[in-house]
Amino acid sequence: MTTQASLPAQSLPAPAPAVNPETREFWDATAQDRLLLRRCRDCDAVIWYPRAICPECASLNTEWFPAAGRGRIYSYTVNHRGEGAYTGLPPFVLAYVELDEGPRLMTNIVGADNAELAVGLPVEVVFHDTGDGAALPRFQPMRD
Amino acid sequence: MTIRGAAFIAGAYEHPDRKIPGKSIAQVHAEVALGALADAGLSVSDVDAYFCAGDAPGFGPISMADYLGLKRLTFADSTETGGSSYIAHVGHAAAAIATGKCRVALITLAGLPRSQPVPRPSASAQAPEAGFEQPFGPTTVSMYALAARRHMHEYGTTSAQLAAIKVAASQHAQHNPNAMLPRAVTVEEVLESPIISDPLHRLDCCVVSDGGGALVVVAPEVAAALPRQAVKVLGHGESPKVSAGGPIDLTYTGAVWSGPRAFEEAGITPANVDYASIYDSFTITVLQTIEDLGFCAKGKGGAFVADGALLAPHGALPFNTDGGGLCNNHPVNRGGMTKVIEAVRQLRGEANRAVQVPDCQIALAHGNGGSLGTRSAAATLILGREDA
Repeated sequence: MTTQASLPAQSLPAPAPAVNPETREFWDATAQDRLLLRRCRDCDAVIWYPRAICPECASLNTEWFPAAGRGRIYSYTVNHRGEGAYTGLPPFVLAYVELDEGPRLMTNIVGADNAELAVGLPVEVVFHDTGDGAALPRFQPMRD
Repeated sequence: MTIRGAAFIAGAYEHPDRKIPGKSIAQVHAEVALGALADAGLSVSDVDAYFCAGDAPGFGPISMADYLGLKRLTFADSTETGGSSYIAHVGHAAAAIATGKCRVALITLAGLPRSQPVPRPSASAQAPEAGFEQPFGPTTVSMYALAARRHMHEYGTTSAQLAAIKVAASQHAQHNPNAMLPRAVTVEEVLESPIISDPLHRLDCCVVSDGGGALVVVAPEVAAALPRQAVKVLGHGESPKVSAGGPIDLTYTGAVWSGPRAFEEAGITPANVDYASIYDSFTITVLQTIEDLGFCAKGKGGAFVADGALLAPHGALPFNTDGGGLCNNHPVNRGGMTKVIEAVRQLRGEANRAVQVPDCQIALAHGNGGSLGTRSAAATLILGREDA
């Protein structure tokens, strides 16, 4: 277990995501600080990552809906060996967050002391602008 | 229909070098291909089926068949499931032989990540998941670390228990003159090695090595005419594990499906396995796999390995007697090939003497490709002695 503090949130790189026509609406929404999820109109499954087909029932009758942007840490790791845009950075946190709506999504935890990181920690979404018409949904500890 | 007894591994060869400067990747494929064919007592002109995966340079099996001079192929397969590909290939070769599509199948793996390091290919921008994962900086180690953390949370697994897996592998590697890391290490040394992505330390990770290996899978009548002891293919199972839009579960692998299929085809249970080659990209990979294959109860893998179960020759489940990917060799970051090769050595009684399992009758080789932390593909192979 490391005792080093996480990076200040704003110092994490925010690489632009690969965007295609199927996911354009999701990323456009992130630029307005909104987190969308995909839901199946036929079987009500909430689908992550977003896609046109429902992988539960094979329906193409799916739709976007807004997520509350809250969840809990499902698993996390403090990575000391970044690659790509993260090469050479101080340790940063890669995590899966389980949203209140059910999906578990890959993300970074920001604004947390490593000592407070824990599976089950309540977190809320923050958006980091990629400068490319999209923002990365990252999560920070709930500060209520 | 079954592949049980329908095919035999007649030749197996592991490249002896762990750093191979001054050669091309295709050249190393050729070296291991010739090594395995010579081991079998066959030649290139006998080969009528060729199998390769994503490590092969060029346009799948076409480029390599051309390079190797495989002029009479009736079957080609380039199934790509990462490090488990070569274990799947043995099953596919056996199925092709069983249905009369071919008689002599060659499978090759080779690569040079140490001598000719290339940037790790980032996930293709066209992969449907790419936008939702790559921007957050996942690396291979960190994705396995996520799985380790969750397993620890749910089952109380400890870093010291994971370290016991590396310790067992290193105990075996000290008897392998070709092993990249031949020195036996202690639990404390593993825990004191640098954190790469917590809770995984450097010594929880496999080596990065140049090298390769090859296998020759043949029809029963071909095996019967060869001088070398062959190894019988008894069963095979494979299963990609996906979360398919549902919540990902990081605590188990596709071995929960590939294992039972392979055991059923072979007509055995985990208790019948004398030796197991278990994919060991990281210590957590081994832990989850032995649970999922039924060698111990789910969640009890930590206690199982800490009790010395993996130690050859007399542990409950002697594993990776060549030192595995953790200590011996993990060519091209793809461990499936060497897993089969060491299982063949054990069944032939040709493992390093100190770690040869006495009277080894049944061996298992298991691979996992992709990442425990996202999506992966498991393949399980059950092998027996020629008269099994």
